Amino acid sequence: MANALTFATVSKRFRGDSHTIIALDGVTFSIQSGQVTGLIGPDGAGKTTLMRLAASLLRPDSGVIRVMGLDSDAQSLAVQSSVGYMPQRFGLYEDLSVWENLDLYADLQGLALDTRLVRYNELMQMTGLAPFTDRLAGKLSGGMKQKLGLACALLRSPALLLLDEPTVGVDPVSRRELWQIVYRQVEDQGMSVLLSTAYLNEAERCDKVILLHEGKLLGQGEPGEFSRTMQGRTFTVSTAGLSCRRLQTKLGYAPEVLDALVEGDAVRLVMASAQLPSAATLLPGQAGVSISPVEPRFEDAFVARLKRAPEGHQAALTMGLNVSVGQEHEVIRVHELVRRFGDFVAVNQVSFSVRRGEIFGLLGANGAGKSTTFRMLCGLLPASSGEVAVAGHDLSRAGPDARRHIGYMAQKFSLYGDLSVMQNLRFFSSVYGLRGMQQKQRLAWALATFELSPYRSANAADLPLGYKQRLAFAVALMHEPEILFLDEPTSGVDPLARREFWARTNALAEAGVTVLVTTHFMEEANYCDRLVIMAQGEVLAEGTPQDMKALARTDAQPDPSMEDAFIRLIEQHQNKANTA
Amino acid sequence: MNASARMRVWGMIRKESLQILRDPSSISIAFVMPVVLLFLFGYGVSLDAKDIAVGIVIEQPDTASDALAGAFERSAFFRPQRFESIQMARQALDEHRIDGVVWLRSDFSTRLFSGNEAPIGVIVNGVDSNQANITKRYIEGAWLAWLDHYAGIRGQSILMPVELESRVWFNAALSSRLFLVPGLIAIIMTLIGSLLTAMVVAREWERGTMEALMATPLRMTEMLAGKLIPYFVLGMGGMLLSVALAVWQFDVPLRGSFWLLMVSSALFMLVALAIGLLISVVSKNQFVAGQVAIIATFLPAFILSGFLFDINSMPEVIQWLTHLIPARYFVAILQTLFLAGDVWPVVLSNMGALLLMLVFFAVLVWHKTGKGLE
Amino acid sequence: MHLNYIVALMLKEFLAVLRDKRSRFVLIAPPVVQLLVFSFAATYDLNHVPVAIYDEDRGGEARALIARLEGSPTFEIVVKISHQDEIAALIDNREVLMVLHIGQNFSTELQRGERAPLQVILDGRNSNTAMVAMNYLHTVLLDYNRSWLSAQGQNSPKVSLQTRAWYNENLQSRWFIVPGIMGLLILVVALLVTALSVAREREAGTFDQLLVTPLRPAEILIGKAIPGIIIGGLEATLILVLMVVLFDIPLRGDLGALYLGIVLFLLSAVGMGLMISAIAVTQQQAILGAFLFLVPAVILSGFSTPIANMPEPVQWLTYLDPLRYFLVVVRGVMLEGDSYALLMHQYWPMVIIGVGSLVMAGWLFRRRMY
Repeated sequence: MANALTFATVSKRFRGDSHTIIALDGVTFSIQSGQVTGLIGPDGAGKTTLMRLAASLLRPDSGVIRVMGLDSDAQSLAVQSSVGYMPQRFGLYEDLSVWENLDLYADLQGLALDTRLVRYNELMQMTGLAPFTDRLAGKLSGGMKQKLGLACALLRSPALLLLDEPTVGVDPVSRRELWQIVYRQVEDQGMSVLLSTAYLNEAERCDKVILLHEGKLLGQGEPGEFSRTMQGRTFTVSTAGLSCRRLQTKLGYAPEVLDALVEGDAVRLVMASAQLPSAATLLPGQAGVSISPVEPRFEDAFVARLKRAPEGHQAALTMGLNVSVGQEHEVIRVHELVRRFGDFVAVNQVSFSVRRGEIFGLLGANGAGKSTTFRMLCGLLPASSGEVAVAGHDLSRAGPDARRHIGYMAQKFSLYGDLSVMQNLRFFSSVYGLRGMQQKQRLAWALATFELSPYRSANAADLPLGYKQRLAFAVALMHEPEILFLDEPTSGVDPLARREFWARTNALAEAGVTVLVTTHFMEEANYCDRLVIMAQGEVLAEGTPQDMKALARTDAQPDPSMEDAFIRLIEQHQNKANTA
Repeated sequence: MNASARMRVWGMIRKESLQILRDPSSISIAFVMPVVLLFLFGYGVSLDAKDIAVGIVIEQPDTASDALAGAFERSAFFRPQRFESIQMARQALDEHRIDGVVWLRSDFSTRLFSGNEAPIGVIVNGVDSNQANITKRYIEGAWLAWLDHYAGIRGQSILMPVELESRVWFNAALSSRLFLVPGLIAIIMTLIGSLLTAMVVAREWERGTMEALMATPLRMTEMLAGKLIPYFVLGMGGMLLSVALAVWQFDVPLRGSFWLLMVSSALFMLVALAIGLLISVVSKNQFVAGQVAIIATFLPAFILSGFLFDINSMPEVIQWLTHLIPARYFVAILQTLFLAGDVWPVVLSNMGALLLMLVFFAVLVWHKTGKGLE
Repeated sequence: MHLNYIVALMLKEFLAVLRDKRSRFVLIAPPVVQLLVFSFAATYDLNHVPVAIYDEDRGGEARALIARLEGSPTFEIVVKISHQDEIAALIDNREVLMVLHIGQNFSTELQRGERAPLQVILDGRNSNTAMVAMNYLHTVLLDYNRSWLSAQGQNSPKVSLQTRAWYNENLQSRWFIVPGIMGLLILVVALLVTALSVAREREAGTFDQLLVTPLRPAEILIGKAIPGIIIGGLEATLILVLMVVLFDIPLRGDLGALYLGIVLFLLSAVGMGLMISAIAVTQQQAILGAFLFLVPAVILSGFSTPIANMPEPVQWLTYLDPLRYFLVVVRGVMLEGDSYALLMHQYWPMVIIGVGSLVMAGWLFRRRMY
């Protein structure tokens, strides 16, 4: 079989102001025609650079790239005529309608006029966008945008399809549909696909996987080959006496344990060697521990290769954290909250309450109304009707001191990019009223706990994504708030950084901080004490993760995942809407 | 250009036009701004002094001094005010209530009739030197008229042997509006051209759509053409509107040919758009593009184009610098086409300069937009 | 109101403006370069006005008159012509600004004691230049007449004008224009610092992060306003030094009165900038807004053309323009030696514009979320 894309010892450097960044370092691989190849790696591994090189948008410093047999450097226009490329933000014009976006890309790719209508209809049927062709792209939901972006890249049935993180921020239903479309292209047209993703469970859907880390190629092969190396090293552990979160924290520090992850009622372990661990070494002094082996996954291999041993910082996180917890039991109360924008109802009659020390999740796809609810809770947006009380205050009306109780981490990185890490920390701690010795201590704490010291004088905008997230987290915690609002904190962040993040959040909750978090990663719902699932501005269900899964439990599916539960709830909701 | 290239350019044009239509701010730059600015400038900018507030101090009123004061009061240029003492007049001058003082001392008539020197004191506020000069000249004119009249009564011979007979071509009444309005069109077109395009490429970079465009077979020249053409059409619409306003609202004669005006405007429009594109392409983010557009367009065009200040009177080095301001050439073309007619040497040489600038900026833009993300 | 919060915000604003190399450059270099270039460029005074002479007389009197013109630095005789039909091309092509036509009988008429006309043809395309040139010519002619009369033993008129120009004795237009440029440039700088600041933070999402802190809108406002005033004040000082040292423009009045004017003007400029920024949803709109304020503000300020010449309704509009008041202050202090009392009526409108626009901006901070 011919190769659709080959990289031969390709290197790429970027010159920054002070130092040179090596984005790719002597990478060699090839992908075969008619297959779906996944490009996997943590943030800053060089995935986007590799994609851009393949699309001939960048030139390699050294090495040769051949796309469909063409030299990418010398024949870049020819290369661009034979590839379809969807960049991370989909490349759509938000002020153009669906149809107009298609027209533009059809013109640019030279699609013949007489074949257009047929192709458009085909793509619109396939993506389910047919009813929305006149809608502005900016008004589409995240999943619809992503499918439109894909449709634009597929217009001329390219020989090679390049998708840069196509599934980020998209709900599971849309993700599932995207994979179906991609595979249909491969089967019908024999298309080759290279797709980068941060969702490791998606790696298993690929024919081949390329693992990239810090600009170097770590491995290449079928996903099964990766997981096979982990045979005998994966287990689940459950106890009667401990909550999953506490169990996970304990196991995280146990010897030989590489990774501990809450999954359902149990904790999943990845061990350093293939040996059944004993309850006594894992959890000394704990009774009723049951350990059973499970099948390894691709994710295990990824984590095993890339995760560093924990260094005990999680304990330091809450050290010196001095949360002034109020006496009231119910910390956040939302009652029949409504927000309209014109005649569009973004949040419709949402009610829930959050107790002190809880991790409370708002789960839903992009555009489900999570962020709008969040902004109302933080007082950034007045509600159209309904009640909001955070620590007893409606923050959109209460005085500035009420805001001292909360810490806020926005969905998009929203610190000052042209200020250094230290300047950001100092600024935000000052506006929260910290000064003198106290400020010094907190600054030192933030740098140490979040391992930001090496970057202290780097501009925030130049940090790797994972570090940006840490900095934003540190800023939200500078004033030791009793309530923490985290809006999509893990969006676009790789699995390792996500693990770190949740370890920290758990520790905070254990220390009595109330955490309200939104996420579209279904498996992260397992970390929550309670959660609501939202769609189209409405709450579909409220309860513990187990409650949610119980809703989806059927005979055919005795042990549903959170994703299954979510999809089932959405389907039920849609059926109800259709029959109504 | 082959069919697929034509299709790509056409696709870009359609996309850009749709975006213009969806964003009211572009339309308002092209059509609302010229109207507002032309009205503001057209009425607001005038160098024609009228109703100059002049204080007249007559320390000893009598027939001779009254006759002189009458000469001022009859003049159309003055709004005279009488003051009883020079101190009061000075006070008024200090407080900017009057711009000049004519001062007849108490011994004016006595000296006049005794055949001695009879000086008339004139004080003008020199801060605005241009206005001060004009005021001075009008006072002189009124004085000469009086002198003539006085000499006539006394049967004296001619006082001014050589007399100026002036004929002003193109603008007989020396109305400053006729000269300022055509120049204004150049300033407004500079603003429209560079504002329209300064942000458009920067915006694509910021929103991440540039990457998607680049991954298609679209060539850079095709992208630039696709961006320029709709904004060019829009800008020319604004230009037509400005010309219509100038001719019908401000009664500026259009003595040259309309088509020559359009051709040279088109050329200038392209230069202005190219500069905007250059700003956009170089800065890659809207913040810097906006700052540069503010600094680099309006003030230089306002001061260095010859629209207001005479270029020949600037120091040599500065005159050199004005050659870098495209509005300079367009101002010369506009003033000539509107007021003088099709003076080919003026129009052609300035159009030649514009063409050179266009080539220069186009090459620069093209050079800076090498395809690729680096 | 917490002073510490405001100080922290100010520091942040300074860092945001000055840490970036490009933005630092944009704030410092162009104003200085533009001051130098514009100050030399912007003048209504004429020199080396190109003149053509069409002398049909060729007598001694005509030659004496031409010699006077040649002696003046204002005029430069670039060509002498001998045919009527040459005139049109010279004027049309802008080769000369004016043509002096001395008629055939000029000397004869003069000697006979008759009035001798001197014809001048001017290019009126730039009416102001034409007018100024004609003024210069008048002065030359007045002199010529007087000396001719006295050479003939006749009495020149006994009544003479003794004109003095106050404050700007030699009527140099530079003294008028350069202080105006100071106003223009610090207005631009103040707008650059403020007009995009809120819109930029909105687009970057940092504004939300600010709004969830205990900061009050008033504190945010002051924190954003003060850096603009400080940067503008420093630039004003730099420009002031250049004006006095390089352009020999006198500083006759009270420095304190000038700085009070500078601070109040910057307050109003920064207020307008922040208001534009608070209204704008995107940076593009903020830029547009800045232009739509800047351009009329310059035109209506009396910087280049007197407000008194404007029609009444336009004159009313100028009362909204802070630059209008500042130009009176800066020219008043520097040239006329004005002090606080005389400038009172310029100070208070700037305070009103400044405070009014800042209050408006602060109100918009929380209202305008989308």
